[in-house]
Amino acid sequence: MRGKKRPWTFYVLATLFVLYVLALYGPMFCIYVLSFQDVRGGLVFPMKGLSTHWFVDLFTQVRTGDVKGAFDRSIRLAAIVTVLTVVVSFLAGLAFRRRFFGDTVVFYLMIGSLVAPGLVLGIGVGLLFNFLGWDPSWYTSALGAQLSWTLPFGVLVMFAVMSRFNRAWEEASRDLGATPLQTIRLVVIPILAPGLIAVALFGFTLSYDEFARTLQTAGSLNTLPVEIWSMTLNVTSPSLYALGTVTTIVSFAAIGVAIGSIVWLQKRRARGATP
Amino acid sequence: MRFLRRNIPGWLLVLPLVLVVVPFFLAPIVVVAIASVFNTDGYGALLLPLTFDNYVGVFTSSLTLHLYVDTIKFTVLTWLLSLLIGFNVAYFLAFHVRNQLLAIGLFLLCTVPFWTSNIIRMISWIPLLGKEGLINRVLMDLHIVSQPLEFLLFSSFAVVVAYVHQLTIFMIVPIFNSMGRIDKRVVEAALDAGASRWEIMRLIIIPLSRSGIALGSIFVASIVMGDFFVVKVMSGGSAASVVGAFYEDVGVLQYPTAAASAVVLTVVLIGVVALILRTVDVRKELTQ
Repeated sequence: MRGKKRPWTFYVLATLFVLYVLALYGPMFCIYVLSFQDVRGGLVFPMKGLSTHWFVDLFTQVRTGDVKGAFDRSIRLAAIVTVLTVVVSFLAGLAFRRRFFGDTVVFYLMIGSLVAPGLVLGIGVGLLFNFLGWDPSWYTSALGAQLSWTLPFGVLVMFAVMSRFNRAWEEASRDLGATPLQTIRLVVIPILAPGLIAVALFGFTLSYDEFARTLQTAGSLNTLPVEIWSMTLNVTSPSLYALGTVTTIVSFAAIGVAIGSIVWLQKRRARGATP
Repeated sequence: MRFLRRNIPGWLLVLPLVLVVVPFFLAPIVVVAIASVFNTDGYGALLLPLTFDNYVGVFTSSLTLHLYVDTIKFTVLTWLLSLLIGFNVAYFLAFHVRNQLLAIGLFLLCTVPFWTSNIIRMISWIPLLGKEGLINRVLMDLHIVSQPLEFLLFSSFAVVVAYVHQLTIFMIVPIFNSMGRIDKRVVEAALDAGASRWEIMRLIIIPLSRSGIALGSIFVASIVMGDFFVVKVMSGGSAASVVGAFYEDVGVLQYPTAAASAVVLTVVLIGVVALILRTVDVRKELTQ
């Protein structure tokens, strides 16, 4: 590891890494490319023509289902899940910094919620709503089912973020006469902001792509992944790939916004440090 | 009183989390467990008297055995491959890439697909692995094979490929995280003391990244065991999964049978996770 000469293992591992990244992105790029075929297009290479035919097809054809409505609902649901995930994970992250009676029980409930089979949970929620006489819908049962998946991730990220948080900053704030709320608003939140953005990214993308827990809890109106799922079983045209391209663009936009705001925060912070 | 004063802030802060996890994790699991001991009329109604026949059915049917064998086979294969790839990728990033910023950039490159749709990433193998797919075409053009290889798509092979493609990231992130906390001076000291690279790996790197390996294993095992859509789409019907069978039972309103199978699966899953958690205190590792 020291010195200039690389050991032979470096080249082996570098090759493995390159192959891994190629296998990670290669197939995805194939379907993005194939989604831009013209009307003769099929599910495999070679590429037949170049057009946006299948994107138009996706949003206009009846047989592909209500893609536009599902898309709309998924974005709204993901926005709600993001806000709730950030707030609840932040509070839970603060709580878990010191021990309290029952903390281990809550921790293991959360881990259970993370590892439980999503479809079983979804059907359990469906049966529960049925039993209580409530109608399942994307903004009640599906929202709860998705939070049971995004919150454990959010809290685990908060653990990682909080472990780097120096308690001395809080104590300094208290010594200077700040109230607990002021300390949180003016000291804790600004310092943890990049971590909170990471939690938001988890909340948004995990909800936006969530499928197993939503399948049985969304009620009569589907979310986008449920729509994609039914398309994989029925649709054998490149519109499926077009949908893949559209939904990936949304995910990439979310990643871009998150990384962009973290970079912006760090820059602003760096400027503040050297007036 | 002191007990209350000490605990109330923590309880209040964790309350919102509890208000989600209890009704949307604990309650549905309890509902499924309750449904598993009822009789049914075959039209979705749950009838008394209570019975354990559903469990007897699960344990005596050869179909269930077959489902568990398939599911466990996929879990073990995916776990081994994703651990092998994930560990080496994380090791490469943490110890071989000398520029810290470059290492983080390459790490982010690995994580980006995690934020995109799993279903889309799964179907993206179809144009590659299919009978007329890219891989078969290249192999035929190079005259390596004369017939298209049929086992590539709609087979157990395709299932494992899709799982490893989706889940290796769950190994890379926690292992990279624990490797990042290994003090490089420990490795330097071992080198100075004359340790070989293999000894450093076996005596320092692997023991100190075990919390990451444990966390990654929990993710991979629980996701594969709880999955049904990868098996359904990628195996083309040649393999089955426990949750897939559960879903089909629910589809024909056989709630108690489905519930009994789900309870057995959950118990197996808890067993696996508990076994992994016995080897490391994940909470301690995470919060420190």
